[in-house]
Amino acid sequence: MNMETTEEIQIYDSSKQVSPALEEFREIFRYRDLVIQVVRRDILTRYKRSVLGVTWTMLNPLGTMLVLAIVFSQAFGTEFSYAAYVLNGLIAWNFFQQTTNASIAHLVWGGTLLKRIYVPRTVFAFSALGTGLFNLILSLVPLLLVMVITGVPIEPTILFLPIPILFLGMFSLGVGLLVSGLAVFYTDIAEMYQIILTAWMYLTPIIYPEEILPEQFRTLIAIFNPMYHLVRLFRAPLYYGEIPAFQETLIAGLIALVTLLIGWVVFTRRSDEFAYRI
Amino acid sequence: MSLHTASDQKNMEREFSTQIEDEIIRIEDVSVSYRVPSERIGTFKEYVIRRLQGRVQHQEFLALDHVNINIMQGEVFGVIGKNGAGKSTLLKLVSRIMKPTGGRVWVKGRVAPLLEFGAGFHPELTGRENVYLNGVLLGFSRRQMDKKFDRIVDFAELWDFIESPLRTYSSGMIARLGFAIATDVEPDILIVDEVLSVGDEAFQQKSAARMHEFREQGVSILLVSHNMLVIQEMCDRVAWIDHGRLQIIGSPVETIHHYRESQTTDGIQVS
Repeated sequence: MNMETTEEIQIYDSSKQVSPALEEFREIFRYRDLVIQVVRRDILTRYKRSVLGVTWTMLNPLGTMLVLAIVFSQAFGTEFSYAAYVLNGLIAWNFFQQTTNASIAHLVWGGTLLKRIYVPRTVFAFSALGTGLFNLILSLVPLLLVMVITGVPIEPTILFLPIPILFLGMFSLGVGLLVSGLAVFYTDIAEMYQIILTAWMYLTPIIYPEEILPEQFRTLIAIFNPMYHLVRLFRAPLYYGEIPAFQETLIAGLIALVTLLIGWVVFTRRSDEFAYRI
Repeated sequence: MSLHTASDQKNMEREFSTQIEDEIIRIEDVSVSYRVPSERIGTFKEYVIRRLQGRVQHQEFLALDHVNINIMQGEVFGVIGKNGAGKSTLLKLVSRIMKPTGGRVWVKGRVAPLLEFGAGFHPELTGRENVYLNGVLLGFSRRQMDKKFDRIVDFAELWDFIESPLRTYSSGMIARLGFAIATDVEPDILIVDEVLSVGDEAFQQKSAARMHEFREQGVSILLVSHNMLVIQEMCDRVAWIDHGRLQIIGSPVETIHHYRESQTTDGIQVS
């Protein structure tokens, strides 16, 4: 019947499975257009019925920044350009928060779908990541604007930015897979995660400069909070206008890679059960 | 009465032709066992508490029990049985939604699931966007969908509405669009789970015609239905599954006869 197909005949054999983690990797590549379509759907549907459209993505962190700047800028000293600092951190944090939360929401949305047709299960986390990246890049516009207005110089180090974004993305994907995989089995995981997120944000120097932390506390955070390193790396080329030290980059990269691997393996090992757990 | 003789004759013809055709689905000694908690534990908190109390118990439930089925290319294969007998599990194995816990499932070619129309539709997106979204959900690339798009909208007869959001569609229009997409995937195997009851009469006839068309083109069809008339009309061979066990595979007349007999001994009348 295949009149126009040039693709080879697909053969599925349930007994021939190398490893779920590798298999999923191959499958997600095959379904890459699906990821793109779901991202498109997310972006389109979010803005379709709103007057301001895409500008919301830029206004949202800007609003939070404004509130925080009014409240805190005096507290942390006036030389320090708080607005640009906090917006820089918020953008990184929002990206992480949105991506991981969307991974959960997408997998639950996709649940009805997973019962009916085969799609690679990581599609939902990947599309959450795609939407997150779109929003992240858009919100760089107000950040650069705020930097110009508050007199923070934009250095050529901004060209280094793809590296921290890559690491943040890998980390968020890993956490997103881990949490969404669990949320399929236990409905309260999603709520618990919101509480964790709030605590986590205050334990990360987002809205306060890390210098205000006592020395011991700072080392503790550096050891136990992976987001500390990732946010630092993200701020370096923008707010600080510098290329981070090699060691710092390496640590952040390793954190991202290990998290992604753990998330990937845990998720793909259990994903066969999703169909009858959702 | 005339229906019987006609379909018997058809069966003889088809039995002859299946011998020279290739195998397309092989289900070898397949078992599926669900591990269900004795009581449903829905939250992590509950799970931790129970775990600490040592009260997490599981029961094994065999949805399919060492089932063997071979389906040939171009065959229309029916599956009948009571609710919860394992029919849907069988379809899910073939369409890769589930993996067997024992045995082997082997499938050659593209499987088109026709389970429920518009499962991946989004109300805010236009008909056009939904066609693409649905197409990639079925495993196609964007480029492949470009080629199919016109044909799909032609078949669904929705050119006037294709740029409007799906929430403005009637349920019949959504079903039409879903069917048009699902059957335009040029499958090697079509899976039909009791769905030909959607849309108005004209569209039902149209979809029945398309199924016949598929059959003529040599597409294998795996059909689950409670409607014995449909089964008898459409199928070459029929399997009856009960409590996860394969009872019999045979001609429609034969299998339906056995199935009905068991039903009447259970004291239940089947239409």
